[in-house]
Amino acid sequence: MRFKFSLSRWQFFAWVIGLLLITPLCFLLFESLQGDSEVFSHLWDTVLWDYTRNTLLLILGVGVVSCLIALPLGWLTAYCDFPGRRQFEWALMLPLAMPTYIIAYVYTDLFDYAGPVQIALRNWFGWQAPSDYWFFDIRTLPGAIMMIALVLYPYLYLIFKTALREQSFKLVQASQLMGHSPRHSFYKVSLPLSRGAIVAGLALISMEAMADFATVNYFAVSTLTTAVYDTWLGYYSLTAAAKISAIMLLILFLALTMERYSRRNQAVFERQSGVNSDTLYTLTGKSAWLATAFCFVVLFFAFVLPVAVLVGYAISYAEQAWNSAFFLYAWQSFKVAIIVSVVTIALSLLVVFYQRIAKQAYPLIPGRLASIGYALPGTVLAIAVLLPLTLLDDKLNTWLEPAGFSPGLLLSGTLFAIIFAYVVRFYAIAHGAVEASFMRISPSLDMASQSMGKSQAQTLRKVHIPLLRRGILTAALLVFIECMKELPAALLLRPFNFETLATHVFQYVSDEQLELASISALAIVLVGLVPLYFVNRSMEQRS
Amino acid sequence: MSSLVLENLSYQYNGTPVITGLDLVVAQDEIVCLLGASGCGKTTTLKAIAGLLATKQGKVFIGGKLVSDERTFLAPEYRNIGMMFQDYALFPHLTVADNIAFGLTKMSKIQKQQRVNEMLELVHLVGCEKRFPHQLSGGQQQRVAIARALAYKPSLLLLDEPFSNIDTQVRFELIADIRRIIKNQQVSAVFVTHSKEEAFAFADTLAIMDCGKIAQQGTPEQLFNTPNSKVVAEFLGQGIYLDAEALTATEYSTAFGRVESLLAHSHAKRVGQLYVRPHHLELTPLQSKHSSVNTVTVLNRRFVGSHFVYKVMIEGQEIDVAAQSGQSFLVNEDVTIRITPHTVNFFAE
Repeated sequence: MRFKFSLSRWQFFAWVIGLLLITPLCFLLFESLQGDSEVFSHLWDTVLWDYTRNTLLLILGVGVVSCLIALPLGWLTAYCDFPGRRQFEWALMLPLAMPTYIIAYVYTDLFDYAGPVQIALRNWFGWQAPSDYWFFDIRTLPGAIMMIALVLYPYLYLIFKTALREQSFKLVQASQLMGHSPRHSFYKVSLPLSRGAIVAGLALISMEAMADFATVNYFAVSTLTTAVYDTWLGYYSLTAAAKISAIMLLILFLALTMERYSRRNQAVFERQSGVNSDTLYTLTGKSAWLATAFCFVVLFFAFVLPVAVLVGYAISYAEQAWNSAFFLYAWQSFKVAIIVSVVTIALSLLVVFYQRIAKQAYPLIPGRLASIGYALPGTVLAIAVLLPLTLLDDKLNTWLEPAGFSPGLLLSGTLFAIIFAYVVRFYAIAHGAVEASFMRISPSLDMASQSMGKSQAQTLRKVHIPLLRRGILTAALLVFIECMKELPAALLLRPFNFETLATHVFQYVSDEQLELASISALAIVLVGLVPLYFVNRSMEQRS
Repeated sequence: MSSLVLENLSYQYNGTPVITGLDLVVAQDEIVCLLGASGCGKTTTLKAIAGLLATKQGKVFIGGKLVSDERTFLAPEYRNIGMMFQDYALFPHLTVADNIAFGLTKMSKIQKQQRVNEMLELVHLVGCEKRFPHQLSGGQQQRVAIARALAYKPSLLLLDEPFSNIDTQVRFELIADIRRIIKNQQVSAVFVTHSKEEAFAFADTLAIMDCGKIAQQGTPEQLFNTPNSKVVAEFLGQGIYLDAEALTATEYSTAFGRVESLLAHSHAKRVGQLYVRPHHLELTPLQSKHSSVNTVTVLNRRFVGSHFVYKVMIEGQEIDVAAQSGQSFLVNEDVTIRITPHTVNFFAE
């Protein structure tokens, strides 16, 4: 009987966590269905269609540019041997660590009228004024597309390369033996077989591109993301913000469905044999140098140059940048990130443990519910979190007023809001990592522990947690890093006078003074490099 | 004209020699089996023939045409070779018919259709053309693979351990089936395996590979009866070595007495070893009370269906021997062993 009781206790916890973390989204959906708000109908009549069009164009453009960059890179590094291939294979993921607003700032600085490129051109050709020549303006939608694609292409590159690696080389060899050239074999065999992977990669990129706030805001390109931000900060209309968010959720839902569907299709084509270790073609002479040059150019513009510029800023402005503000904001970011890591790990341990011991139907549902928040764009998430928290604050104040207390914005105006939002957003990372390490623990260990008279809580504490230590640490680290990098939610939710490293850097980007925050920007890039190390290591373990 | 000629082919992988001066000739319409232990360079040889790896030393001729030497390298797509892979490498995104038609590049739609139908008929898969590879059984997948490799009439067919994924119960049925198909299409083939049973059942001639070269090439009977080296003799069947001295062209003296050969040999050296296979040995009831050199003890016995085989120890080497018909022995029983007259394998020292 005791056994039964404890099981339902785990079930209770798991469901509470799942429902709690899905609450903001429910509020958002509910709010978006509320009656017409004046602000929203005004937007609807005026600019909303332009915003939606811009968002869709942004997604489309980033997708196309990413394909142009990532597909050749994936093919080269998966199939061909050329000078530097091994180094490029991992180095080409580095741009993922680069926040879009930093790269956007660096290129604006390089390419605008007062930047070194135009100055050099003017000196070279003897031009005097802007009217003497045409030069592209980077602070436009196409410019934003380029910037975002430069840091998002690695998603597609990684997924496509892995798909190619996992296809048996023998399929391509068979095609070649049947008289098809390497190029033709690629179109007839490799490409159709990895179509699912490409779609999945593009779906991920679309979600990230749609969620991008910083670049489009900095470039003054109005999209749905900036609309949500402006509606809240400009009009204080949560209803209108919720309605715009709902449009984004619709796009998101389409992207997610596409991703799910293509992954399922891909499963049919999964190879039977192991991952290919060798390469298929050895490039020599001109083609080898072309391959190396292409990889280098991408890496240079997406990572090396921006980092070099940041380092340059940091050196020339060392005194102003290396100041107490950096340490204060680093400490504040660090504090929030640590709290969120600990909370998400604790919650995910409970939920995953419930999944393991559950004998009821649908044990996976609480975890699934809790993980949905990960897909929400930062601005949407912020609005979604504000809805229930402002309501609660309101109620609290009403109840406590007769007793003489006035707690103010206890939940929505403090660190609690940011932490709650981050937990909703990053729970999925912790859940995924913890679940993966749980899978590696043989179920017979649970049975052994129970047969020796240990309760489930004791089994969790004495058997699972020690075995999960590495997985837990990895999960905590990944959550920590994401928290350090997150920008849009922090911008909307941070309490008065509170800055994270990311908001601090973005503030200076907006003020055209990134030089003064260059140390913080470098810190964010460095922190972002850490998860890439894990990705790379797990890829190496697979091959 | 020979379908395939390899001359002094050599290949090194990261500095380790894998093929070392290999010579091989495959005649028109002949099925040659490259037989050898794993790691002896069989698959590497096959890849070199296909052009899937580039050899820098030695020559490869396909249908009389030089395709590879120090200066020449013809890419795989121009060699007109059919290949059947160990895991079949069927394209999972294409139907059976599209898989078979994949290599039919220079044909009209109608011609392609015709050829696909012919091949489907040949491999008894009519009606399966719309299915996908994952909807087929292992044996059916294999037949699609052979149909695909033969559809475009290659000048040479290569088979890389194609039967290793097939259950033993149906393996030999399939081997006979594939052999029929290849013979029907009149194509020369090189077949790689480490299983001598498969080799015997499938090939016209065997080429035993050892340490990156061909140790001996010939029909199965030739290799089995007159191996030119201990490696070949041991690879083709269990046996024991007995120290021996050639007395005459047909008589050898051993510790077990005189052994008669059915075939006369001339030996430059008279001292060496005989390689004796189980079926040249016979156990009979103990003939005298006194143990002699011909007396051995049954270590254990194993029922194999129609009779027992007995494990005995001879000169420190264990071997499974059958009893003379109608005889049966117990474990630990002493019995007399006899070497029957046969074509002896004598290796001079």
